[in-house]
Amino acid sequence: MNARRLFATTGRVLTQIRHDPRTIALLLLVPTLLIGLVAWIFSDTTVFDTIGPAMIALFPFIVMFLVTSIATLRERRTGTLERLLAMPLGRGDFLAGYTLAFGGLAVVQASIAVAFAVWVCGLEISGPIGLLLLVAVMDAVLGTTLGLLASAFARTEFQVVQFMPVIVFPQILLGGIFLPRDQLPDVLHAISDWLPLSHAIDALNDVAAGVADYGPVWVDVAIIAAWAIGAVVLGSLTLRRRTP
Amino acid sequence: MTITADVADVAISIDALHVQRGKSPVLHGLRLTVPRGQVVGLLGPSGCGKTTLMRSIVGVQQIESGTVTVLGQPGGSAGLRHRIGYVTQAASVYDDLTVRQNLDYFRRVLGAPAGDTQRVLEATALTPQAERLAGDLSGGQRSRVSLATALLGSPELLVLDEPTVGLDPVLRVELWEMFHRLARSGVSLLVSSHVMDEATRCDRLLLMRDGEILFDDTPAALLASTGKSDAESAFLEVITRQGPPTPARHVLPRKRPGHGARREHS
Repeated sequence: MNARRLFATTGRVLTQIRHDPRTIALLLLVPTLLIGLVAWIFSDTTVFDTIGPAMIALFPFIVMFLVTSIATLRERRTGTLERLLAMPLGRGDFLAGYTLAFGGLAVVQASIAVAFAVWVCGLEISGPIGLLLLVAVMDAVLGTTLGLLASAFARTEFQVVQFMPVIVFPQILLGGIFLPRDQLPDVLHAISDWLPLSHAIDALNDVAAGVADYGPVWVDVAIIAAWAIGAVVLGSLTLRRRTP
Repeated sequence: MTITADVADVAISIDALHVQRGKSPVLHGLRLTVPRGQVVGLLGPSGCGKTTLMRSIVGVQQIESGTVTVLGQPGGSAGLRHRIGYVTQAASVYDDLTVRQNLDYFRRVLGAPAGDTQRVLEATALTPQAERLAGDLSGGQRSRVSLATALLGSPELLVLDEPTVGLDPVLRVELWEMFHRLARSGVSLLVSSHVMDEATRCDRLLLMRDGEILFDDTPAALLASTGKSDAESAFLEVITRQGPPTPARHVLPRKRPGHGARREHS
């Protein structure tokens, strides 16, 4: 890893996005609008207070996953990745550079989503907002790193789009939105304990409910971080300089 | 065609190189030597393995067996990555960055001095387009951006895959002049083309067909040995003298499955 090449890559990715205002708008606003839609659907009920925190986990995660996986796939298909790998750019520099660039966007995106959910949609947060934001950002970064990992395996746009149902949907189904995780069949409950999105949703629910002890929330954050780091490490191991 | 020259005079030497793409062999036991400080042309029809050979030299191609030595080091060594400039066939630049932003990024990756961006902009006559998005340029201008990128950091070896395709004749002449200028300053160049009339512009020629080098000498020697007056018919003569192909290796370049999609392979 080399800091100069890593930051050069981060700067380059952000400059590319800056030239595409529509992508910036979609990236920053779509999760917020979807949270608003969910709040509106349940406006005559109390359901939003129950599932609102999970929505903060869900939408940024999906959007960041999609955007990142397609951005890096495009790099492979236009030949710029081949050029970079023939240059002295480390594979870790490349992936960490992307993580940092999209992680920065994730901070802005999650901030807007949390602010909108709390102050516009009236989501009740009993715990500290700062901790809620931290979990939301970690969750969006997780989406980014899993997107990087998926694009290391995908060779075409068709494949990368189908990685979403494979990697993302099971985590949503088992994350406790449809049925609380402790009511799942034992096997599925055990599996859901290993999935990072479950921990993001648990943590956001705990902070929203204002639990007495935030220890488990920090454990959730650590698990999400471990998954994010693991995805980047695995991605850099699967990224080959020499290809068939 | 024995490899007897001193290592200091040799830019690339390849021996018994076998490469497979998909299920079919592309290079079968290829050997060649590229001297330093010359413009060496790699000519042959589309699909004969030029790109695969160049990818093997810059170290991004998986090879089955054989040795590739580049600038005295094994091909693909980490130490070679800032000594080789590589231009892929399709212009590999970021369409959503300006020309200058493209060059600045690759310059930082290479760790080349800040003034290098302006130097390569001038060398490729791209200064007027420097602030335009690469995606808004014409095809020829985009491939010049790709070439400018390869000149960053003053590499000792340039591997250029069809750099003059789609360029107007005036620009093509200018680029060949630049190649020779670089060679005079000690840079070694391997330039591929499927246009035979570019052959005479090279110091040395490698004629390639179906994964093998058929001829390796100067353009003058090619014409003299075949008794032809132009490179195209001389190349045909070389092929005719090779005799009929063995059944395993067709004469005509075949459409291989997955061949057109080579850039999508991971």
